[in-house]
Amino acid sequence: MRVSGCPIWVDVVIEVEQLSKTYQVADKTPGFVGTLNHFFRRKTHDVQAVSHVSFTIEPGEMVGFLGANGAGKTTTLKMLCGLIHPSAGMVHVAGYVPQRRQAAFLKQITLVMGQKQQLIWDLPPLDSLSVNAAVYGIGEKEARYRINELAEMLEIGEELTRPVRKLSLGQRMKAELLAALLHRPSVLFLDEPTLGLDVNAQARVRRFLAEYNRQTGATVLLTSHYMADITALCSRVLLIDQGELIHDGGLDELAASLSPFRQVRLELNRSASPEDFVGYGELEALDDRAVRLLVSRSELTVVVARLLANFDVLDLEVNDPPIDELIGSLFRKGRVV
Amino acid sequence: MGRYLLSLQRFWATALAGQLEYQANMLIDLLAMVGSLAGSIFVLSLFFGQGRELGGWSWEAALVVQGIYTFLDGVSSTWLRPNLSAIVTHVREGTLDFVLLKPIDSQFWVSLRIMAPAGLPEMGLGLVLIVWAASRAGASFSLGTLLVAVLMLCVGGVILYALWFVIAATSIWFVKTWNATEVLRAVLASGRFPVSAYPPTLRLVFTLVLPVAFLTTVPAEVILGRAAMQMLVLGLFLAVIFFVGSRAFWLFALRYYTSASS
Repeated sequence: MRVSGCPIWVDVVIEVEQLSKTYQVADKTPGFVGTLNHFFRRKTHDVQAVSHVSFTIEPGEMVGFLGANGAGKTTTLKMLCGLIHPSAGMVHVAGYVPQRRQAAFLKQITLVMGQKQQLIWDLPPLDSLSVNAAVYGIGEKEARYRINELAEMLEIGEELTRPVRKLSLGQRMKAELLAALLHRPSVLFLDEPTLGLDVNAQARVRRFLAEYNRQTGATVLLTSHYMADITALCSRVLLIDQGELIHDGGLDELAASLSPFRQVRLELNRSASPEDFVGYGELEALDDRAVRLLVSRSELTVVVARLLANFDVLDLEVNDPPIDELIGSLFRKGRVV
Repeated sequence: MGRYLLSLQRFWATALAGQLEYQANMLIDLLAMVGSLAGSIFVLSLFFGQGRELGGWSWEAALVVQGIYTFLDGVSSTWLRPNLSAIVTHVREGTLDFVLLKPIDSQFWVSLRIMAPAGLPEMGLGLVLIVWAASRAGASFSLGTLLVAVLMLCVGGVILYALWFVIAATSIWFVKTWNATEVLRAVLASGRFPVSAYPPTLRLVFTLVLPVAFLTTVPAEVILGRAAMQMLVLGLFLAVIFFVGSRAFWLFALRYYTSASS
C-alpha cells in the first residue's frame, strides 16, 4: 500500500474503506405552528447517507454506480472528489486523500454533473474553455490542440462559438464534457451525464465515453438512471441502497443477487392450461403454447429436467429476468428484500 | 503566479464579454452610477455647506473622505458586490462544486472571478474628487504621502473585503445572507463622513469593532497630512488580522459545505 497523498503509480486507483457520511437533517412539521416550532426549537435527526461502504477500482475500469434517488450515490461520488468530508472511513483516489483537494489531485480528476453546468451561460463554450485552460495551466497552443481533438470525438464544431444559452441540451452536454476533460483527467466521475438527453444524444455521449476510456485508459465511475448507459458502458456495477453497498460485481451477477429466480420460456407442441404447471415454479405468462415460468435458481436443473420429461417441448430457453426490470422493481420498492 | 495572473485576465475578459452581451443593462448600470454619485454629493452639501465644519473637518477636507468613500464604493461595485453575492448563488445552486474542484485557490476564484465595469467610472470619479478636494484643502503631495495613502487605501479595501467575504461565506450554513450584507452596507455608508463627526462611543465602534474609520477617514488623514502614526500601525495590523481571519473562516466553512444535492 502506498503513502497517502503521495502520487505514485498504483494498481488500485480508487480505494474506499468503511466510508460513512452522516447528515443532520432538520425536522419540520407543516403549517404555521410547525414553522414557529422549527424556528425556536429546531429539532434535528441524523441521517446516514452512506454507511460502511468499501470497494476498490482499478485503473481503466468503467464502473456503473446504481441506486434509487437518495440511496447515497451522489454523496459517495462527492466524497470521492473531495467535495464532502467523510464522517468516517478512508478514501484514496489516485494516491491522494480527496478532501485535502491538493492541486495535483484535482488535475487528475473531473466531475461531470448532468444537472449542473460550469459553462458560462452568456458566452460561447470557447470562452469557458479559455478560462479552464488558464486555471489548469495549459498553454494556448496545447489547449487549441486538445479542444480540436475532443471536439472531433464529440462531434461538435461551430457550436463552440455560439453562446451556451442558445445551445440545445445535447450540444450543451457535449460542451460540458469538453470543458471537464480539457485537462486530460485520469479519473472521471460522471453523475447522470445523459440526464434529459434524447435517445440519439444519449447514444452519442455513450459512444464518446467508451472511446475516451479506450484511448486514454481513464478510470470512469458513472451513475445513471438509464440502464442503457450502464449496460453499454460498464461491465462492473456497484449497487447502493439506503447508503449500503449491496452488490459489487459483474452486471450479469447482479441479476443473480437481485433475483433468486430465473426465467424459463417454453414453447410446447400442444396448448396447455395453468393447472399443468403447478409445482414447477411461478407461472408468469401462458399464451396458448408459449409459457413463461419463474423458477428458483437452486431447483432450476431439476425443474428443467421434469419439464422436458413431462411435456412435449419444442423449444426451451433459460434467461435472467431483464436487468432493468429487476432494478426498476428494486427502485420502486425502495429497498431490496 | 503566472497561472494566477493569466487566470485573472481570462476571468475579467469573460466577465466583461458576458456583460457586454446585454447592452441595455450596461447603460442602465452607468446611469444608476451617475445618479448615485450626484445624490451623495448633494446630501453632503445639505449636511454642511461651504464654511461650516463637521467634527473639526472643513468642507473640502470632508470631501476627501467622500471621495475615498466613492472610490471604495466603486471598488465594491466592480469586484466585491458581484463576486461575493455570487458565492450565495454558488452555494444555493451547488455550482461551488466546480470552483472547489479547480486546481486554483478557491478563495481567489470566488473573490475575483467577476469584474463589473460599471463600477470603474465611479472609482475614477472618486479619485478625481480626492485630488480636487485635497488640493482645495491645501494638502501637499509628496511621493511619501502618496505611497502611504495608497497603502492605507489598500488597508481599507482589505478590511472591507474581509468583512464582506466572511458574511458571504456564512451562506455555506445559512444559504441566504442577502440581508446580512445589506446591514453591512448600511454600516459602511457611515464611512461617508469623517469618524470624528460621530459621538465618542460610535467612534470607538467604528475604529475597533467595525473598522469603518480605516476605510475612509484614516486614508483621508494621510492625504491631508494629519494622520497619527499609531492609527496607521493599527490599520495595518487590523488588515492583516482581518485578511488572515477571512481565510481561516473560509477554510473552516468549507468543511461544512455539503453541496446542494442534485
